Amino acid sequence: MLRGPSALRLRVLLGGGLLLLLVWPWISALFGGDYLVSVMTRVLIFAIAAISLDLIVGYGALVSFGHAAFLGLGAYVAAISAFHASEGLPLAFGFSGSESLLVNLPLAMAVAALVACVTGLICLRTQGIHFIMITLAFAQMLYYLFVSLDAYGGEDGLVLPARNSLPLLDTADDRQFYFLCLGLLLLYLYLAHRLVNSRFGRVLRGSRANETRMRALGYNTYGYRLAAYVIAATGAPLAGVLLASKTEFVDPGLFSWQLSGELLVMVILGGMGSLYGAVIGAAAFLLLEQWLAAWTEHWMFFLGPFLVLVVVRARHGLWGVLTGNGQ
Amino acid sequence: MWLLVEQLLNGLQLGFMLFLLSAGLTLVFGVMNLINLAHGSFYMVGAYVAATLSGAGMGYGVALLGALAAAGLCGLLVELIVLRHLYRRDHLDQVLATFGLILFFNEGVRMIWGRQPLFMQTPAWLGGSVELLPGVPYPLYRLAIIGIGLLVALGLYLLIARTRLGMRIRAGASDRQMIAALGVNIRWLYTLVFALGALMAGFAGVIAAPVFAVESGMGESILILTFVVIVIGGIGSVRGALLGALLVGLVDSLGRAYLPRLLGLLSDSEAANALAASLSSMSIYLLMALVLAIRPRGLFPA
Repeated sequence: MLRGPSALRLRVLLGGGLLLLLVWPWISALFGGDYLVSVMTRVLIFAIAAISLDLIVGYGALVSFGHAAFLGLGAYVAAISAFHASEGLPLAFGFSGSESLLVNLPLAMAVAALVACVTGLICLRTQGIHFIMITLAFAQMLYYLFVSLDAYGGEDGLVLPARNSLPLLDTADDRQFYFLCLGLLLLYLYLAHRLVNSRFGRVLRGSRANETRMRALGYNTYGYRLAAYVIAATGAPLAGVLLASKTEFVDPGLFSWQLSGELLVMVILGGMGSLYGAVIGAAAFLLLEQWLAAWTEHWMFFLGPFLVLVVVRARHGLWGVLTGNGQ
Repeated sequence: MWLLVEQLLNGLQLGFMLFLLSAGLTLVFGVMNLINLAHGSFYMVGAYVAATLSGAGMGYGVALLGALAAAGLCGLLVELIVLRHLYRRDHLDQVLATFGLILFFNEGVRMIWGRQPLFMQTPAWLGGSVELLPGVPYPLYRLAIIGIGLLVALGLYLLIARTRLGMRIRAGASDRQMIAALGVNIRWLYTLVFALGALMAGFAGVIAAPVFAVESGMGESILILTFVVIVIGGIGSVRGALLGALLVGLVDSLGRAYLPRLLGLLSDSEAANALAASLSSMSIYLLMALVLAIRPRGLFPA
């Protein structure tokens, strides 16, 4: 879609960004150690969640205000499964839990897909602000459900025995875990890119632009939307499992509407409907938060007006500014 | 039976407080097509100013007026400086900008008043309780909230249905270009409606201050409930907001009182207790999902 100087600029941006991420652990070693690796790992994880949200917000105009619920589900699946494995308690259906990412990751995605199927059937009957609110409602229900699960810590949350493991890799090592997250982010970005440029992605964008026409052409737009909703819902648990592993802790706050709001902010701030924008947005939001928090206790007082300024000044988010498509 | 009466009154009280907040929010959405997440901030400002003034020994009337002025002024400034630029923009942009405003207000309040929650005394002449039925005392202040809510609802109805301003507000909601062409200054109309909404939110804050703790972030927990109300009622409809608010207030209060008992009848385990607690917190969201599943545009689509 981008031609001329823009295409060159795009390549420079993507190449530069990738290079920066690849050498980041060594850069941070220069500037005083592992703290910066941990910060960037968080960015990579949230970038995955933001991309998955961008799939429906940016390409299907389905503004979900409950996307954090799927992230939380992923995190809790990883935590509960690891908890049962380490305590030796059977979980369900003869499954006694696992501490391996190879088991927990697909399991988390399957659970999220199942929940998304059921809630999506109802949510997608509505549109616009009603869709925003009904997704919020389901996320709140899950929030209260996990608050009430006393066996898994209730409101206080659950501490993981250790990071979920992977053969051949030492996930307890911060640097190796960083590259695991980076690898998964790149893989997910590639898959998402393929998806939005496929026939499926074009139908989705078509139904966003003119639903009546797509229906007249014989497409079941409801079915396509539902599929997109479920696909997006399987991306967030990927981030959730990684986040649970990174912090070795989960709590119901992962389902909170604040986190859903922050994910939306990342997508909009970066510029929706471009996938790369979601990555930029996650990085900008989290890094700015870190930087301001180190500088002043009252960082939100400055972050807030900055967000307002971005909205009023830059129409296509930071990605639009970077690629020169801002106006 | 007495419990039922008490819970019904509690539900009405919560409902009317939610109505004060949701009426403004739904008007702003109906007239300006604007999603304002920062609506709860005006509620918070109202509560803080009222608690401060009353803590400094001023009377309830002074505290009320000061809080209303502060909330209305905040609304006016927010509209003039920020939101005015966002009416024609995508809802998503509005969500992002007003999310930024929430951060700004919450942190600003923390910078001025600190992190400790404030508490406000119930005014002396509304203290104490009355016996509704022999042996069933009920706090007078909570009854007063219900009365005030009724009065505001009536006043708002008269304003919208019977005055010239109300006529213009209704006209602005249905066709903004036409009303602008007829010579009404639509910009000032928008500013006025927005300030009116902020004023009512601030009023709700003053009323809530003696009941809840006044703290930074208090606006958001109630904002979510407010959104539930206007979505159930049908966005843009004041009548829907009233019905939705009372429905949410009643379902929440009755759910919290009776769900644990109902589940307790079925099973007396700890798991059932925990489930009851989470179900009663969930009840209004279940209500909203149910309403939207049956009527995707709310009870009174505008």
